[in-house]
Amino acid sequence: MTRPARDRAIEGTSRERAIEGTSRERAIEEISRERAIEEISHERVLESSLGERDAAEVLRAPGPDAFGRAPGVPARVAVTGLKLADFRNYAALSLELDERHVVLAGDNGAGKTNLIEAVSLLSPGRGLRRATLDEMARTGAGGTFAVAAVLDGPDGAVRIGTGVTEPDAAAGERSRRVRIDGAAQKSAEAMLDHIRVLWLTPASDGLFTGPAAERRRFLDRLVLALDPAHGTRVAAFERAMRGRNRLIEEGMRDPGWLDAIEAQMAELGSAIAAARVEAVACLAGLIAATREDHGAFPHAELALEGEIEALAAASGPAGAVEDRYRAILAGARERDRAAGRTLDGPHRADLRVLHGPKQMPAELSSTGEQKALLLGLVLAHARLVGATVGRAPLLLLDEVAAHLDGRRRAALFDVLDSLGGQCWLTGTDAAVFAPLGARAQVFEVAAGRVLPGAGPAR
Amino acid sequence: MSKSIAGPEIERLIQLLGKLPGLGPRSARRAALTLVKRKEALLAPLARACTEVNEKVGVCTVCGNVDTVDPCSICRDPRRDDSTIVVVEDVSDLWALERAGAMAARYHVLGGVMSPLDGIGPDDLNIRSLIERCRSGRVGEVILAVNATVEGQTTAHYITGEIAGLRADGIDVTVTRLAHGVPVGGELDYLDDGTLAAALKARTRF
Repeated sequence: MTRPARDRAIEGTSRERAIEGTSRERAIEEISRERAIEEISHERVLESSLGERDAAEVLRAPGPDAFGRAPGVPARVAVTGLKLADFRNYAALSLELDERHVVLAGDNGAGKTNLIEAVSLLSPGRGLRRATLDEMARTGAGGTFAVAAVLDGPDGAVRIGTGVTEPDAAAGERSRRVRIDGAAQKSAEAMLDHIRVLWLTPASDGLFTGPAAERRRFLDRLVLALDPAHGTRVAAFERAMRGRNRLIEEGMRDPGWLDAIEAQMAELGSAIAAARVEAVACLAGLIAATREDHGAFPHAELALEGEIEALAAASGPAGAVEDRYRAILAGARERDRAAGRTLDGPHRADLRVLHGPKQMPAELSSTGEQKALLLGLVLAHARLVGATVGRAPLLLLDEVAAHLDGRRRAALFDVLDSLGGQCWLTGTDAAVFAPLGARAQVFEVAAGRVLPGAGPAR
Repeated sequence: MSKSIAGPEIERLIQLLGKLPGLGPRSARRAALTLVKRKEALLAPLARACTEVNEKVGVCTVCGNVDTVDPCSICRDPRRDDSTIVVVEDVSDLWALERAGAMAARYHVLGGVMSPLDGIGPDDLNIRSLIERCRSGRVGEVILAVNATVEGQTTAHYITGEIAGLRADGIDVTVTRLAHGVPVGGELDYLDDGTLAAALKARTRF
């Protein structure tokens, strides 16, 4: 099931390149259809031959590549400019940044989390608070808001803008628009071609003790970073399943209809399970390989629980999982009707985490240990995304550093550097971040205003 | 919401135009103004065309297409192949296939897709009439040209199952679907993984 990590890294980057190619081509087309086709295809040939050489060099040469990067180190993508309009408590904000880590210090309620929530909107979905669009708009702004960022990465500067623009639309009809370099995008997923954003907030503290749904969401976010199609599949599966539940509730008058829906569920569900199994295996492999690297955080052992996931993990002929799941669904109609919902499927899976050094289930570990375990998991995830996608994810750590002792904090800062990406950290006390020194830019946040803080100058 | 600027008749026209796909309140206003300004050249002929279509248009009782004659011109066309039926979700899909002009076959318009959440079942669509057409014995192949959405694929599955059920009565109809894969003029380097995998799976002999 799992292929060597190196193969995966190549696959990831080449896929990335293909996606970049398409959006770029589209952009060119939109700007000017008149432009000679010859010119474009020439450019494309140049681009692809360069790309292949890079990949080959990274793999074969033990030294740094053509850009002076060490082999295997993902490219850095940093937010170098951020503008907010009517977002939460910010009426208007313009921040100029460099590519170093960003530290936001300030009192409770000053708007630190609001700021990194805005940054979290540079990924598809509802951001790190999973808030509605109405909640994100500043009170009195008529439901509209805008977040615009300038990214500096391997493609040079890229402008991403997102927000709600139509003030008249009814609350339910508002949708988040995404623009990349000024061109409107059909889907928020287009942002994944440029930047991956991961986060850890105090809201995740109860992840191990809380309901399985939370861990499943955590797991799917993990898969999504490796396989952008996962989100669409999960949404399609849930839609099909709700359809099945409705048919069952209405008395299953048409078995042919149920057959048809269950065939869809089986196809989507087996693909979801396979993607999860693969992602967990990758992450577990990476944790096992790097666990002495950051001893300050206990390593986690991961296990995926779920009927369909177990089938997907057992090696078998292609299509066997799909057929098996279809048979399970067909055989469980009466029982599911009594239960009022579908009882088998990837929507019931759970991610079990074990505290590695103590061999103890995470949910039974102490609060502090759970926090360290979770942080270690998120850091491993970030490393995996960097290796797979070829660009280091942006990491948002809300109120994380303050809860660590000095030794762990220093270890965290070192790990952040080794990940290769920009990291945004928040805390009430700027002094906590002093060990970062010139590696970070510090800002003081107070009542919707952000001012350069007392951190050391570059 | 907005204050009326013109008389009630023109406002009514603007309101109706605004219900057309692709026209918002602003563009409806512009369209209405153009019509009023070019009364003889546009407004009167449009009004006559609307009246005429309104009097004659109907849904074809055979295939579900819209036309001013019943059965529709496609169902009447003697040059078309009776043994092949292309199944589409909507008339707009039929028009798209006709524009391509790749096949002189008959059509069957479902009028939507099955969606339990929207309360649309097989009986709300033209599925029974499709099965009846198959039962006539003249049909050799049904081509499913539905969209690749969950609902579209569920509908395709359902129809396949229903047609397979005809075999018990000695009626054997081949069910096919449109190929998924490399678009004409497309380059492999620019395709997404799912499309590439589908294209490889559905490869054809050269």
